[in-house]
Amino acid sequence: MLLMKVLKNDKPGIWLLGILLVISIAVPILNLLVPESSPFHISTYTVTLLGKYLTYALLAVSADLVWGYLGILTLGHAAFFALGGYVMGMYLMRQIGERGVYGDPLLPDFMVFLSWQELPWFWQGFDQFWFAALMIMLVPGILAYVFGYLAFRSRVTGVYLSIITQALTYALMLAFFRNEMGFGGNNGLTDFKDILGFDLRADSTRIALFLASAVALAIGYVLSRIIVSSRLGLASVAIRDAESRSRFIGYRVENIKLWVFVFSAMMAGVAGALYVPQVGIINPGEFSPLNSIELIIWVAIGGRGTLYGAVIGALLVNYSKTYFTAALPEIWLYALGAMFILVTLYLPKGIVGLQLQSLRNLRIVRMVRKIRGAKV
Amino acid sequence: MSVSALTIPVKKTFSLLLFFFMSFFVLMSAAQQTLASEVSAEDSLADAWNALSKKNYTKKAKAIEVITQQNPSEARPALKAMLEGQLYYAKRGKALYFLKETDNSYVFTPLFDADSALEPIVQENRRGFRKVKVNNRLRSMIRQFLAVLQLTHEDANIRLSAVQELLKNPDADAAGLMENTVEKETDDRVVAAMRTLLAVIQLENGDEAAQQSAINTLADSLNTSAMNALMAYEAPTKALQNKAESAIQKINDKRDLYNKMETIFFGLSLGSVLALSAIGLAITFGVMGVINMAHGELMMIGAYTTYVIQLLMPDNIAMSILVAIPAAFIVSGLVGIAIERGVIRHLYGRPLETLLATFGVSLVLQQTVRSIFSPLNRSVETPEWMSGAWQINEVLALTWNRLYIIFFCLAVFAALIAVMKKTSLGLQVRAVSQNRTMARAMGVRSKWVDALTFGLGSGIAGLAGVALSLLTNVGPNLGQAYIIDSFMVVVFGGVGNLWGTLIAGMSLGVINKLLEPWAGAVLAKILVLIFIILFIQKRPKGLFPQRGRAAED
Amino acid sequence: MKAMQSLREFSRRDRVFDFLVQAEPPALDLSHNIILYLEGINKSFDGFKAINDLNLYIESGELRCIIGPNGAGKSTMMDIITGKTRPDTGQAWFGQRLNLLEMDEPEIAEAGIGRKFQKPTVFENLSVFQNLELAMSQDKRVWPLLMARLNGEQRDLIDEVLTTIGLNQLASDPAGKLSHGQKQWLEIGMLLMQKPALLLVDEPVAGMTHQEMDRTAELLTSLAGKHSVVVVEHDMDFVRSIARKVTVLHQGSVLAEGSMAEVQSDPRVVEVYLGE
Repeated sequence: MLLMKVLKNDKPGIWLLGILLVISIAVPILNLLVPESSPFHISTYTVTLLGKYLTYALLAVSADLVWGYLGILTLGHAAFFALGGYVMGMYLMRQIGERGVYGDPLLPDFMVFLSWQELPWFWQGFDQFWFAALMIMLVPGILAYVFGYLAFRSRVTGVYLSIITQALTYALMLAFFRNEMGFGGNNGLTDFKDILGFDLRADSTRIALFLASAVALAIGYVLSRIIVSSRLGLASVAIRDAESRSRFIGYRVENIKLWVFVFSAMMAGVAGALYVPQVGIINPGEFSPLNSIELIIWVAIGGRGTLYGAVIGALLVNYSKTYFTAALPEIWLYALGAMFILVTLYLPKGIVGLQLQSLRNLRIVRMVRKIRGAKV
Repeated sequence: MSVSALTIPVKKTFSLLLFFFMSFFVLMSAAQQTLASEVSAEDSLADAWNALSKKNYTKKAKAIEVITQQNPSEARPALKAMLEGQLYYAKRGKALYFLKETDNSYVFTPLFDADSALEPIVQENRRGFRKVKVNNRLRSMIRQFLAVLQLTHEDANIRLSAVQELLKNPDADAAGLMENTVEKETDDRVVAAMRTLLAVIQLENGDEAAQQSAINTLADSLNTSAMNALMAYEAPTKALQNKAESAIQKINDKRDLYNKMETIFFGLSLGSVLALSAIGLAITFGVMGVINMAHGELMMIGAYTTYVIQLLMPDNIAMSILVAIPAAFIVSGLVGIAIERGVIRHLYGRPLETLLATFGVSLVLQQTVRSIFSPLNRSVETPEWMSGAWQINEVLALTWNRLYIIFFCLAVFAALIAVMKKTSLGLQVRAVSQNRTMARAMGVRSKWVDALTFGLGSGIAGLAGVALSLLTNVGPNLGQAYIIDSFMVVVFGGVGNLWGTLIAGMSLGVINKLLEPWAGAVLAKILVLIFIILFIQKRPKGLFPQRGRAAED
Repeated sequence: MKAMQSLREFSRRDRVFDFLVQAEPPALDLSHNIILYLEGINKSFDGFKAINDLNLYIESGELRCIIGPNGAGKSTMMDIITGKTRPDTGQAWFGQRLNLLEMDEPEIAEAGIGRKFQKPTVFENLSVFQNLELAMSQDKRVWPLLMARLNGEQRDLIDEVLTTIGLNQLASDPAGKLSHGQKQWLEIGMLLMQKPALLLVDEPVAGMTHQEMDRTAELLTSLAGKHSVVVVEHDMDFVRSIARKVTVLHQGSVLAEGSMAEVQSDPRVVEVYLGE
């Protein structure tokens, strides 16, 4: 009922959810049931790759929520993604148990290697999935709360905020590089064996993770949609466009920013948690400021402030990244750099905006709608 | 900094010194020989030389004593060679030779020039020659002798290092020698070192009065041996014991003080680098309101310019840095103007978009450099006039390169202030930054000013790159490492305030270095970042905010 | 002894601990018929005295015009009332009980002071209707906002205001598309949605045609009585057409106060406006 109401005026959203539903059914069938010799077979590698893209798309939606609707250009959003990933990594590390290289029943390999005697307090409890699942939301959420509370209350805005979010993720990266932090230092967490008792390398587990990512993206999208179509969403846009004006009509700007930011951070954390078991590793590199900025360009290319645009951008940029880094590694950074420049100069509304414009200009509305629908 | 860059000059100076020694002793011995009239002395000297080829170490020791007392011209090179195991004697005739090994041959040069009958002998092995062997006792005798010899050298630095050598292993005999020389000594540093040495010896051997004065002397010294002597000192009376303890305390306090000074110096030099990299940003960010994420890459371009100039003039490394300074300014400045004209001018008034677009520019620049120069790190050679250190006292030494960087930063800053305050460009820049429309109405060509301002900021980034190239390796990621720090400095100092940027840079550098011994380098950096994050939240406009009504909107 | 006493004090049964008392915003108290008190206010920026010992009282239900040359401190005064700027010294009270200097912008807005800015700032990407919906007096905390649904009563209120400001036809257009005058009205409409006790209106007719100006005058006069209205304006014709009581500000303090005729005949005012 609520879903219907939210999606009533959101055709792209309906398309998005529809497509997610279709691939959630098609991909497992094409992977598991269609024989490998068939041209329609999808390899497990591709499934994992698609699953990874979906987690990126979820991350992009979370970033679009704060950038597109609240006007907070966060250059540290990948930090929440990485934190969620680390929490999942800790759970997966604890699942290895005695199968590690050193065979210690309790301590992960890197701790044995650093000759630690006991499990640090902050690793307690992560052998329980429910606890880890809770932390996946709580850890990024709490960091976002503390950071946002300090930043928004003292009215740090605009580029200042961007720069300190970048400093935040940079500081976290430096911290996680340290062995003393107890998160595997340079190498991060890896060599995962299984999740909830299922072998991570099994095709069926991969499919399950892919499906979980699709479901998470769908839920994340719908929740974000609920927010942006509520009066809270209107207030967010108001804050984005004229912050001090919103204050004068009685909105607690800092609270609205804070809670949307926290929600977005939690979403990013979930995305990270789904990302880690699919790629099999989490290391401090995920905190690198470059990742956060790249994330922003996904949103910018797709179309800021449209949610589904963020999904399109994430999929498009990451697909071309996979393609370029394999085929023409030299070209990738040029291409990425050019994307940044061209999108900001000529496509301020992203690909989605381009289509909306052509929609108005060309007047062949039906045809374009068809094309757009097909692409979404 | 690479080790090889440091050791090469050291080796050179060492061989140079050796050459001076040689020629000096040749002259001295010529004078001595004419004076030496006592036949018996000459006889015993000859005997002594002969005794070196004996196997009996007691006799050898005796011989060395004789040789050192007479001190003929050959004494120093011969004993030095002996110490290094390169003094040989012919099995037949027992004449003494220096051995010089080359790749595949052994060259034996006779010790005495007078033995003209003996030509240098070149052969493929050491057949027919035997090494003059030394034991530990002889070695220390020879070292002592060499040190004492240097005590009378005309170069004060050599005398100083000789005394310091003796201080490492204080010896009553050496003290005897020094008592004579200290009176004639003119160099203050050498006198101080000699007095320390004497005091160390007196502390061990003197009576109570002498010990007391020795403690007084040592309390003023910063030398490690002085400290060790005081630590090992067993006082005969309680009063002396207390005195020694307070002397140790005094020395420790002083050392702490100098260590702190050194830390602050390190902090200032780090701060200079930060300030240098941030000043350019302060102009583009503060004065123009433009976020230039490619600022780090402009620094990288400056560093690569230095590298290329060194490649172009490999024979003149000393000059290359001086050439690189204007070159880097121009190259980075031009790239900056190109960025402004090509990208930024379309985005004025949209700071967040500018940020993204310039980030794209930074990626392109990085990849371009990777394509041209390869992704590997390059290193820029430090010119000789920048290596070494300014030894203020035994604890405190300020390395020249760090000192130069501090000076360089201050000079760039002063020049920039002068440009902003005294030139018409500066006036126009300030006018445009305060009120663009008004300035334009007054006839300021704001587009032209924008481009030049951006060029100026970028040029200064290039200068920062020159400084950086001397401190770290030059690589495509050079800029990225500094961009966040630079932003922190600008934000900390207060946007649009050049003085604020300088002070913020310096203080962040010092804070960082003060935290380092306590927390380690990485943690110190993290703490500084967290500090700034919290600081901005307390004072969103930085240390020195622009005040006034306009700033409140 | 003392400890015993404080213990007894602590355990008194009729006492309610401070932290248990619900923080209830004190209501607007107009028992003395004065809605705004500004007393002895000073504010300087970098040595420039923008406000200099300003004393101003606005009666409940009054329509007051404030005039003054550029730099007289009109905008700064508005900023102080709405909490944007803090004065260096002085007192600012809203009714008898609300100390404006202890409140921030949203609190002041919630308490019932609405402000229209000199430069119209409406939310350009939102529709006219949405602008009004946002401005509506309502629970503006995060969770209620997320759950809020427009009910019939609220819709009626918005429609009513739309009619008042004459933007009925344009309700679903983005506010960015409105003309300058329409934006001004929309802002006044947003003010009305807030149901403020006191309206601060900064240069409402700047850039308006005569027709629009007349309508605005009509609008503002009709508001007085229900609300207290403070209008800051340059346009003398406009002020004359609406003013009952005029205050002249000069160099940060009140130069003259009275009816338009009184003020215009005051020699000091003439000097300030016409020069030596």
